[in-house]
Amino acid sequence: MTLGAHIRSVREQRRATDRSFSVRQVAQRVGIEPSYLSKIEREVVPPPSEATIRRIARELGENPDLLLAMVGKIASDLREIIVARPMLFTDLIRHLREAPDHELRRITREVRDGDW
Amino acid sequence: MIELHHNELRFRFPEVHSRATCCISFLRTLRIPDDNRSYPLPPGLSPFPLDHVDDYAKQVPEEWRRHGGVFLPMHQAEAMWINFESSYPMAVKVAAGKINAVTGEEWSNALSDEPSQDYLVLPDQPWLDGFYAGEGLIRQFVAMPLGEGYTAEEQITGAAEHGGVQIVVYPIKASVYERLRSPDPLMAYEADSDTVHMMACAVPSMGLAPGGLMQQEIYEDEHGIDVWDTSTRSRCFVHLLNSLQYVHVTGTEPPTRPPTASEYTAAGLPWFEYYAADRTALKGAGKLLGLDSVAAKKVKQGEAVLEGNEAISPTNVRTVRAGRNTVREGVF
Repeated sequence: MTLGAHIRSVREQRRATDRSFSVRQVAQRVGIEPSYLSKIEREVVPPPSEATIRRIARELGENPDLLLAMVGKIASDLREIIVARPMLFTDLIRHLREAPDHELRRITREVRDGDW
Repeated sequence: MIELHHNELRFRFPEVHSRATCCISFLRTLRIPDDNRSYPLPPGLSPFPLDHVDDYAKQVPEEWRRHGGVFLPMHQAEAMWINFESSYPMAVKVAAGKINAVTGEEWSNALSDEPSQDYLVLPDQPWLDGFYAGEGLIRQFVAMPLGEGYTAEEQITGAAEHGGVQIVVYPIKASVYERLRSPDPLMAYEADSDTVHMMACAVPSMGLAPGGLMQQEIYEDEHGIDVWDTSTRSRCFVHLLNSLQYVHVTGTEPPTRPPTASEYTAAGLPWFEYYAADRTALKGAGKLLGLDSVAAKKVKQGEAVLEGNEAISPTNVRTVRAGRNTVREGVF
């Protein structure tokens, strides 16, 4: 699914139970014009900036990395991580390209220690 | 860092040494008779299932979310033991209800050898079955509800606050490890790579109480406390759920209750004893010596002792020698 269609789909689902998820009110909370949000959803404008996508994601309760990936973008914090140690991280990512999802989850999953 | 693999906690310290890994798991077992006679080591029947607290964040209490860690289900009055596997030397502190299982002192993250050693040393120590009651004797870990006065935590602090099991692991310094594994007489650790591992956990509504007596030693740290790399550590809070809570939280059934000790013995299945001639056992600490076992507590409270507490006489006792295959499993 494309970014605009996904945003519209999620927003409409929310609106079915919460009227504050109209185009006008969501745009207001995100800090953009309603007409601009409408154009994003209809994909008649180029994809918005990372910052705007992040704000939309937060408003709709979506994962910002997922929305960014829909328009071929990588979060700036991830870019910084790779650029800081390019050999290590590009090797690692290429190495893991074919790994199944459960293996990737195993690598990234730690038992969290909290406050006790 | 700690990862959860197939119901086993894997503690890794790649920043210290590439081999600095140990595994801890929690094993279902028989509850030995609580009659002040000492018994051999019961078998491991299977690992308790372990789950991330974070995977059930909406179903568990806020306090658990704050603690992080993992949880496991135990039936009331069910017993457990903790299995350790490591070829890299580690110092491990284990507490139940934040009461140190070796000394009876209240929880602290740091290692201590004053007035007595408050940690276990891996791989010398393959298992821990309960609270250390003195030279060569352990009071078995038995799950009891918090708030009824049975747990070690309640007997020592007077409060039913924490429950569960707490673990912190420290690796040996890399420089010491390299010296130990160099070709000299101290190169003992690589030989133990086929030991089994296991872990332990606990929760606020359930805690671990001292049960029957069994023969098990806690070994003195032969390295000395300065060899442990205290610049790093990994901790895990293991919460304990009773079986009903477990179904409520996870939607799945816990393992069935294990057989009684007399059923298991009557079937001719093996018990175990561990033999490590070259190790020195700790003397044990006063605080744990004075605890009431579950049976003693029930008698004091005018209640009937737990079912399945009949005395038994295990005849099929297998000796497991240090440094050999330390698997300790029973099939029933």
